[in-house]
Amino acid sequence: MSDLNKVMIEKYRTSFLREVEANVEEGEWVKMCMQCGVCAGSCPLGKHWDHPPQEIFMMIRAGKRDEVLTSDSMWMCTSCYNCIARCPRGLPITHIMHGLAVYSKRLGLAPQKQPTAEFSQIFWDNLMKKGRVNELKLGLSLYFKDGFGQGVKNAMANQKLGQNMMKAKRMNPMEFFGGHGVKDTSGLQKMIKKAQEIEDAKVQGKG
Amino acid sequence: MGIQLNEIPDWNCCGASIGYGGGGELPRLALSARNIALSEEHNPGQQIVATCAACWLATREAKERLHDDQQMFKDANAALAEAGLMYKGQAEVRHMVEVLVDDIGFDALKAKVKKPLEGLKIAGYVGCQTNRPFGIAGESFENPMYLDNIVESVGAESIRTYEKKVQCCGGALAFSEPEKSQEMIHGIIEAAYDNGADLITTPCPLCQANVEIYQDQINEKFGTKFNMPVVYYSQLLDVAFGRSAADAALNGQIIKAKKLEDIANK
Ligand code: SF4
Ligand code: SF4
Repeated sequence: MSDLNKVMIEKYRTSFLREVEANVEEGEWVKMCMQCGVCAGSCPLGKHWDHPPQEIFMMIRAGKRDEVLTSDSMWMCTSCYNCIARCPRGLPITHIMHGLAVYSKRLGLAPQKQPTAEFSQIFWDNLMKKGRVNELKLGLSLYFKDGFGQGVKNAMANQKLGQNMMKAKRMNPMEFFGGHGVKDTSGLQKMIKKAQEIEDAKVQGKG
Repeated sequence: MGIQLNEIPDWNCCGASIGYGGGGELPRLALSARNIALSEEHNPGQQIVATCAACWLATREAKERLHDDQQMFKDANAALAEAGLMYKGQAEVRHMVEVLVDDIGFDALKAKVKKPLEGLKIAGYVGCQTNRPFGIAGESFENPMYLDNIVESVGAESIRTYEKKVQCCGGALAFSEPEKSQEMIHGIIEAAYDNGADLITTPCPLCQANVEIYQDQINEKFGTKFNMPVVYYSQLLDVAFGRSAADAALNGQIIKAKKLEDIANK
């Protein structure tokens, strides 16, 4: 168990709701949910979710900490904003789902090998190197995330697609050797480092 | 059209709607704040106009969050100071569609048409993020009409009741959850065929890619024979306003928009 997870269990022994309110993006909204179920019927990938948003909000109030934070449901949020557009209470559901996912990952509780969690990290790392995202490297690292053998298989499955994209000049093979980026990479990286420090300090010291 | 666009110098990627899982909240907001700060410094007094749904959404969302949360505003500026920048949050953030619909207007678009897209039946696929949560003023989330109006302004036939108009295509999860996303994309294309569409058009670049490029894989999986062109809405305007197929980037299509090319080559 991660140290931060232990600290948080100790600190919020009596209330998972308070833990969420203090540490999860837009978490202070959870208590506003009136359990109408509209969001549950709105998720495009909903049939794959073990716990739709409505249920997650109920579970948070019921203190089902492990079930919520180890769930892969919120990682299947496509950011379609259907729920936000429809929720009668105005909950920023999309952001709470993202927030829960990130918080579970921070505590080391997110499911291993969750594809969107991995893709999200690869995307972010790619972006952090140059300030802009390099589609070719993004694609390649995605194929090889499960190791070389699986990577070759994944890449083969999408080979035709890659060739089509290059033929249509939509993906530039030269990107691999440099590609575009911001000029002030060091400024951007310093800015993000600072933002990360502030955010880390908040989660560790807040509540 | 009397509108000049100036690039934001040294802009960065906004993190899109997938970067959150790597970046968390403040680092993600800082990325958008940096773009706004750069624009405020180098293009003072100008609006920020995004052509991508996710860029628009992330930038506008960051602006709202930093406005509503004073602590977050301070924290974002503490981070930006590391790059020698300051965020004020004054620049208005808009989508290109708002410029076309609200500032220019359908009548003015119509007046520009040199080659009406006659005989083309088009499914206007609005998707998610150009439509929710902000959307275009005066439009409904469940059945927005502006894209149909644009289609009709350039002389094509629109499918106003296209049932998959605002269906999610999977967004970034088309990469990480291909099977689940392709099932949704299958529905989007199937409904376009059912309505007799010649092509699909969309104001979202990621929707455009997702709905166009996986059709081979979808055909393999579902035993379909989809070969439905999907173009970005500006390509329709380009052709209608008399630009060449190459200028309209129609050679960049993986599935050729043959009928549209024919009009461009007329
Ligand atoms: S739509 Fe809103 S109020 Fe209804 S269950 Fe979902 S979060 Fe709760
Ligand atoms: S934004 Fe996420 S949580 Fe909301 S309906 Fe879409 S997929 Fe579901």
